Amino acid sequence: MTDPSEYPNQGYDEWIDAIAAGEGYHLVCPEGHGSLPPRRICPECGAGGLAEEPLPASGEIETYSVTHVASPRFEDDAPYAIAIATFGDVAITGQVRDVSPENVDAGMVVTVDVDESATDDEPVVVFRPR
Amino acid sequence: MTDVRIAGVGLTHFGNHPERTGRDMFAEAAGMAVSDAGVQRADVEALHYGNFMGSLAEHQSHQGPLMAEAAGLDCQATRYETACASSGAAAREAVRAIEHGDADVIVAGGMERMNNMGTAGATEGLAIAADELHEVRAGVTFPGAYALMARAYFQEFGGDREDLAHVAVKNHENALGNETAQYQRAITVEDVLEAPMVSSPLGLYDSCPISDGASATVLTSEEYAEEHDLDAPVAVTGTGQAGDRMALHDRESYVRTPAAEEAAEQAYTDAGVVPGDVDLAEVHDCFTIAEVLALESLGFYGPGEGIGAARRGETTADGDRPVNLSGGLKAKGHPVGATGASQLAELTKLLRGDHVNSDAVPDAEVGVAHNAGGTVASCVVHVLEVVA
Ligand SMILES: [Zn+2]
Repeated sequence: MTDPSEYPNQGYDEWIDAIAAGEGYHLVCPEGHGSLPPRRICPECGAGGLAEEPLPASGEIETYSVTHVASPRFEDDAPYAIAIATFGDVAITGQVRDVSPENVDAGMVVTVDVDESATDDEPVVVFRPR
Repeated sequence: MTDVRIAGVGLTHFGNHPERTGRDMFAEAAGMAVSDAGVQRADVEALHYGNFMGSLAEHQSHQGPLMAEAAGLDCQATRYETACASSGAAAREAVRAIEHGDADVIVAGGMERMNNMGTAGATEGLAIAADELHEVRAGVTFPGAYALMARAYFQEFGGDREDLAHVAVKNHENALGNETAQYQRAITVEDVLEAPMVSSPLGLYDSCPISDGASATVLTSEEYAEEHDLDAPVAVTGTGQAGDRMALHDRESYVRTPAAEEAAEQAYTDAGVVPGDVDLAEVHDCFTIAEVLALESLGFYGPGEGIGAARRGETTADGDRPVNLSGGLKAKGHPVGATGASQLAELTKLLRGDHVNSDAVPDAEVGVAHNAGGTVASCVVHVLEVVA
């Protein structure tokens, strides 16, 4: 499979860079529906003209799992905790870092950041306990 | 509108067959289905074929004409891809084409080759059914995504790993006599609970295996079946398909599958039945939690009530409404692109009385097949009835 680092993904790459710089954002349509980039059309109402707005400083873990059998991209990262956390009107999927996987729990308040995969050094969206 | 008959079905053995080519497996399944139906090959007007990762596994796209040729069919052929619901979607389009009078005889089926990629390759291949940028790059695997749903279900409704273990035990039990099933081996609740963790709370025995295999059905119009005096007592009386947001994190709920609810509603309305009329079902149990979500989305149980169904013995072979008498994806195997049509094949045999488990449902008249893609961003539901 082509190495993910070999091609650019306009809109997504900038979003990753912004989160890494502590300036994470999400998209909001004129009706106020939140979504994640890259996105041209609001999936909720079909509106265009999506504007970037800052992500809330913290989010909350809704559900999580500790993955022991990883794909080749993450074989050196396993076991790792994967979670869905809500940040205001968007939810994001990421890995939970700075806490041992068995101590991850729903309701945990987290910040979002970008870290590296231990397997291939590619950027990974991560959550850290606040 | 014509009732679409299932005139013939064919299945290869599902299992670990890394040396078999996709074309060979599909040729076997399609050949069986055409023989079983008793139709002339020349009468087949189209092949509707499901396949998910053949572009990775065999470096082969444009599989439609390749598979038609392999099956000895000289007709138009199209490959459908909706992840694990690929051949469910292929069959649905065949049903609709016959209903609309576009064709009288269509072969619908699917194939997947996975074990030649190795466990790591197949794991990576399966993951591409999720959102590459927002899920896969974060480390979401196919079991990991369903694990997120399972944890959310436990949190919202209760239930535990032991409840889920009963789903796996039941489906293994059902596959014991099924000669095309990958596992013909009984397991215990303890086996499931003690198996290595894959993605908590789902362990190895909560997960379907990596499988190679093919499935095929021959669908005909009612008129064609009667004119040619076919022995085709089972009809597809209802079909439905619906979609949802791709990434799990964009769903309103992680414990409901509205695409399945909507597809079921369409199929029930089309057939003129209600959930209470359904005698048996084949549902998409790629993971134990998936069977629970399927039971609830099909209207057999309210939200939060499906988790104990297997444990209470309501969905076992001797229960009120047996589910996955074939062994399900869990024990029968899950060659992704073949699964949807294989459910139709198993249900047809169960309903017409020539399945090894037909004795469990001697008076059954209505069966339902539930075939899901990804984390149910795609879902196809069919209602099958004995009509002759
Ligand atoms: Zn909107």
